[in-house]
Amino acid sequence: MNTRQQSKLIYSWYGKPLGSDRKLRTSHYKGILITSESSKTETCIQLGDFILVEGVNADQPYVAQLVDLYEDGAQHKHAVVQWFCRLEEIPQNQRKMLKRDISAQEVFFDQVLGYDTDIAAETIIKSIMVIPLHLGEELPVITLNKEQTFYVKQSWDGKCFKVLSPDTFSKLKEANKTRGVITNSSKASIPSDIFTPVKKKTESVVRSATKPKKIDMEIESKHSSSKSSLSKERHSQRMANNDIKTPTARKKLELNSPTRSKGRLLGYEVLGLLDDDCDATAPLEQSATKRKVKFTNDILGSPPKIPCSDDKSKSTTQSAEHHQSDIMRLSPYTKVNDFSDEDKNLQEKDDVPSLGGYQSSQSPVVTPRSRRRCVQKTSALIAEQISMLDQEDFLSDSDSSYSLSSEEKEDDDDDDVPCTPEKKTKSNRILSTPKSSRKSAVHTPAKTLRKTPLKGTPRTPRNATPEIPRRIQATQEPASVLEEARLRLHVSAIPESLPCREEEFQDIYNFVESKLIDGTGGCMYISGVPGTGKTATVHEVIRCLQQAAENDELPPFQFVEINGMKLTDPHQAYVQILEFLTGQKVTATHAAVLLAKLFSTPGPKRKTTVLIVDELDLLWTQKQNVMYNLFDWPTQRHSKLIILAIANTMDLPERIMMNRVASRLGLTRMSFQPYTYKQLQQIVSSRLKGVKAFEEDAVQLVSRKVAALSGDARRCLDICRRATEICEFARQKRAPEMVRMAHVTEAIDEMFSSPYVNAIRNASLHEQIFLKAILAEFRRAGVEEATVQQIYHHHVALCRMEGLQSPTVSETMAICSRLGACRLLLVEASSKYLHMRVRLNLSQDDVMYALREE
Amino acid sequence: MKPSAMSKRKLKESSAESAESISQVQKILRERFCHHFCAAGKLFGMEQQYRHLLELLRRTTVHGESNSALVIGPRGSGKTALLNHVLKDLREMTQVRENLLEVHLNGLLQTNDKVALKEITRQLQLENVVGDKVFGSFAENLAFLLEALRKGNRTSSCPILFVLDEFDLFVHHKNQSLLYNLFDISQSAQTPVTVIGLTCRQDILELLEKRVKSRFSHRQIYLMNSFDFKQYIKIFKNQLSLPAEFPDEPFAQKWNNNVQHLSEDKAVQDVLQKLFHHSKDLRSLHLLLMLAVSAVTVHHPLLTAADLQEASRQHSTDSKANIVHGLSVLEICLIIAMKHLNEVYDGEPFNFQMVYNEFQKFIQRKAHSMYNFEKPVVMKAFEHLLQLELVQPLERPSARAQREFLLLKLLLDSSQIMEALQLYPNCPTDVKQWAASSLSWL
Repeated sequence: MNTRQQSKLIYSWYGKPLGSDRKLRTSHYKGILITSESSKTETCIQLGDFILVEGVNADQPYVAQLVDLYEDGAQHKHAVVQWFCRLEEIPQNQRKMLKRDISAQEVFFDQVLGYDTDIAAETIIKSIMVIPLHLGEELPVITLNKEQTFYVKQSWDGKCFKVLSPDTFSKLKEANKTRGVITNSSKASIPSDIFTPVKKKTESVVRSATKPKKIDMEIESKHSSSKSSLSKERHSQRMANNDIKTPTARKKLELNSPTRSKGRLLGYEVLGLLDDDCDATAPLEQSATKRKVKFTNDILGSPPKIPCSDDKSKSTTQSAEHHQSDIMRLSPYTKVNDFSDEDKNLQEKDDVPSLGGYQSSQSPVVTPRSRRRCVQKTSALIAEQISMLDQEDFLSDSDSSYSLSSEEKEDDDDDDVPCTPEKKTKSNRILSTPKSSRKSAVHTPAKTLRKTPLKGTPRTPRNATPEIPRRIQATQEPASVLEEARLRLHVSAIPESLPCREEEFQDIYNFVESKLIDGTGGCMYISGVPGTGKTATVHEVIRCLQQAAENDELPPFQFVEINGMKLTDPHQAYVQILEFLTGQKVTATHAAVLLAKLFSTPGPKRKTTVLIVDELDLLWTQKQNVMYNLFDWPTQRHSKLIILAIANTMDLPERIMMNRVASRLGLTRMSFQPYTYKQLQQIVSSRLKGVKAFEEDAVQLVSRKVAALSGDARRCLDICRRATEICEFARQKRAPEMVRMAHVTEAIDEMFSSPYVNAIRNASLHEQIFLKAILAEFRRAGVEEATVQQIYHHHVALCRMEGLQSPTVSETMAICSRLGACRLLLVEASSKYLHMRVRLNLSQDDVMYALREE
Repeated sequence: MKPSAMSKRKLKESSAESAESISQVQKILRERFCHHFCAAGKLFGMEQQYRHLLELLRRTTVHGESNSALVIGPRGSGKTALLNHVLKDLREMTQVRENLLEVHLNGLLQTNDKVALKEITRQLQLENVVGDKVFGSFAENLAFLLEALRKGNRTSSCPILFVLDEFDLFVHHKNQSLLYNLFDISQSAQTPVTVIGLTCRQDILELLEKRVKSRFSHRQIYLMNSFDFKQYIKIFKNQLSLPAEFPDEPFAQKWNNNVQHLSEDKAVQDVLQKLFHHSKDLRSLHLLLMLAVSAVTVHHPLLTAADLQEASRQHSTDSKANIVHGLSVLEICLIIAMKHLNEVYDGEPFNFQMVYNEFQKFIQRKAHSMYNFEKPVVMKAFEHLLQLELVQPLERPSARAQREFLLLKLLLDSSQIMEALQLYPNCPTDVKQWAASSLSWL
């Protein structure tokens, strides 16, 4: 029990090893003790208990049944579980198969094969109840203890829902019957009193007498410890379900009657358990415990009778608190209470009845007035202690979260991550179970300082669904061959297969598939000029993999896509990934912490994630920490993350990445070559299969032209599409016809011809003369730059030669600025007037060519 | 006397009548000349472009086909007018009514993507719009908008038309991410979207980043003012004619006949030819006609060729030379001194002291014709020229540098100076001679 000095949760075995396997060097246990230092409670979870396991999303811990506990050779504690899955874990489209409404409390007996049932024992949060019901049965109405009780009616094997087999049903029932929880509360001051085992037996759902407390405890304990960081949060959560001791009560005890300890026995099994408990704990302690149990049992046997006890015995306090908790549970708002707040409430309830608004209605609070003074005193003392404790806790928390966010601290934006108020509230919001409240923090003096200022501006409506209004009139279907062809030629039209990228497809598929099967992570870098089918191929791969996963040929995986161009800032990548994975909305810095945690800890039920990072070069930052993190996660052992990074340049890793980033990216690279004309031709004709709209030669001409210029498939399709339009315009007089060479040539000319020559030819006479004057001046000076004044002199001379009236300087300036706006000329700021320098934006030959034809 | 009184009254009546007609004429024509964007006016020489654009937008609305296009043409070539025309005609189609969402952005107003995104969201009236305001961070807005657009599909979502005026300014936004996203949507199976950009820059495609460029469909609609002088005359007639529904029909008849006469008048044709040679855009024609139409009054009910000539003269006067007309003789002398300095030093910058010395040389030679001003007075005159921006300092005047030695440049060409001197009233002959040649005293 030496580990108890630490403030975090301690997991230790309950009882001696049941048996050990010499070969595997594992030893099995029948229970695990979860000890939390700050609240000094211990929970014992035994085989067969139902538990909550830390999940991807802190709001939605996994539900499972403990099947086995063992320690491996490396002293790691493992647990084997039978999973239950929540409705949220079932794919949206398959939920429909249920054909009934599912309450949030209903879970499904999980028979999906892909999940790892071997988890780290440290991920167990707390024990809960899972009650099997028959399919037709209504859920018992229990409003009190939603967090703690789940119901199971059906099983889920990844494809369909089945009714629980009688065997499973009875097993689950059995498990519930024998379920036992042990909570120990202790005081550091008196060693002999360290353990006060308390046990409760939950016989049925209906028996809720003890359950309400669990919630209260949870709340209290939550608030008793500061909740700024993940670990804290988790710990309070874990501790919460252990029914009896709240820190409040304990602290009061310490102050009031330092030698006493308390305990309460609600069931009998615990005695038996304790008897055969050959724990590492000293026998002395055990006996002490037993005595205590009996004692408290006596007292608590009839709680209503002792509320007026004058001495501040812990039982009174406890019962008072008991009542109060009863009240609190009834209205959700009251849960906002804090530890210290509660103390105050306790005291205030006594003398100012109006303050205890929630108490008025139903609870028989019979706290005697005589207690008042003492309570005041004690609560003052407690408040003091707590504030100190809070601070300590807070410090230690910040330490722990610092270690978590070490990566992030490199980040420039948040220098003092965990200490800033924003940070704090955020973590609270995200990680706390719905029951926890943020407001409570205000009451503790230590926390008041860190209170988050309320935002004055209204936020975006939270429930706004992103949606474009629907169209009123239905779309017309293509009527002619040409329209049909145009529809198919649109870049957005998804072809049945991607021709000409078979090899690349296979390579990427094999890469991802092998990683999926191995359950490991990895990176692949894909490069290629725009329009060579990178993204399309990768999407096709994902589609095929998803299909394979559906057919059970591959383990299931999650698919996340981010695009550098669609992010406002590289750091937003974290936010988007996290939102895809868990649905949480947090700030970038916090998302980075959460993701780092997610990918570095072994997630029992987590599927492999396939992440596509499109336009990778835009994720570049000064310190490159976004890229570094992205490529670092897959290298970690438990990450199960496969990254496909896409960018345009082949040498991006060498050019813009630091060595440590490039090294993590690895050498799995692939480059997409620009399409050759044959490939382009194939792409077009595969899309036009069955539609006789193009002449073979026309397609070939387009393909050759595009292949010579860029090899961009988008361009090729666009030209073809434009050609159909031109054909349609021309056709109107005659019968329907095919797209011929002439149409294609026109489309190509339209898209690729230089606009300058045409612009010059359509310019006004003086504009053309001005261009001539520029050429003359350039020739005279031998420099490709001239001032307006110099050009003006030439202009006037040219006008004289042509017999035209020479323009004024103002008119010349206007001409110059017009040409400058078209960017035929590059001009300086116009404030320099005559001394403004002018350059041509196209070659002199082009200008000469354009002007000579006239 | 009686009959004359009668005729007077008659004249008064008719003049009252014509006064109303005149104000009507002024109203109609001014509206026509000032509201270039209003779709009421006709389009000239862009039938093909009109058909192309209309067909493009029709397909977007009717078939839900995504597209992108750029309308490129010099300033005043009718890009916005074309688009407004197309949109007006499109809205009148029955298949289209209420079936198209329009988002209008202007590069001068939406100066960065953040503002542009908010504006798009506001104009689309998505669900995160509160009243008329859009809250939330840039990232949230972008994610929301993209999600909204991604959810739609060709057959069920309402098509959206994005009009980006001053498209070239959007190119300078960070990473061109707005353009990338818009073009990307137009190239993928999402909500049908058509992006129309209006710009006057011919090199616009070179400004697009390669991946943005790849996503752009390369549809370019060029407006080139490609009409010849005959069509120009026709446009002139068309712009000046009164519509058939003009209330005072006889007056309209008279007016239109007059316009017809004008268009055949040689003087008018000369005026128009000159303007046509300078710039072909219709905006400058409108400007000219506006000046001419302003001359129309009750006593001068019909336009004459002289009106147009006067308007043309006003239209083409040199602004700097105009300023010179209002200068004092001393200031003129300083400008002439500068002109000589420019000739001697071949356009090298000069300072006040040099100008003053040059002026002194002239005074000493022609002391009898010119009062010898003291240096501070000359300095004052010189500073006046500086304020009129007839001379411009090379660098910004600093407190340390002495004003006399600040280097300057003359912003007038010698031809402008000579022209202005010809028109300058009561210019002393000596000064004129000096202006013609710095060595005139020899």
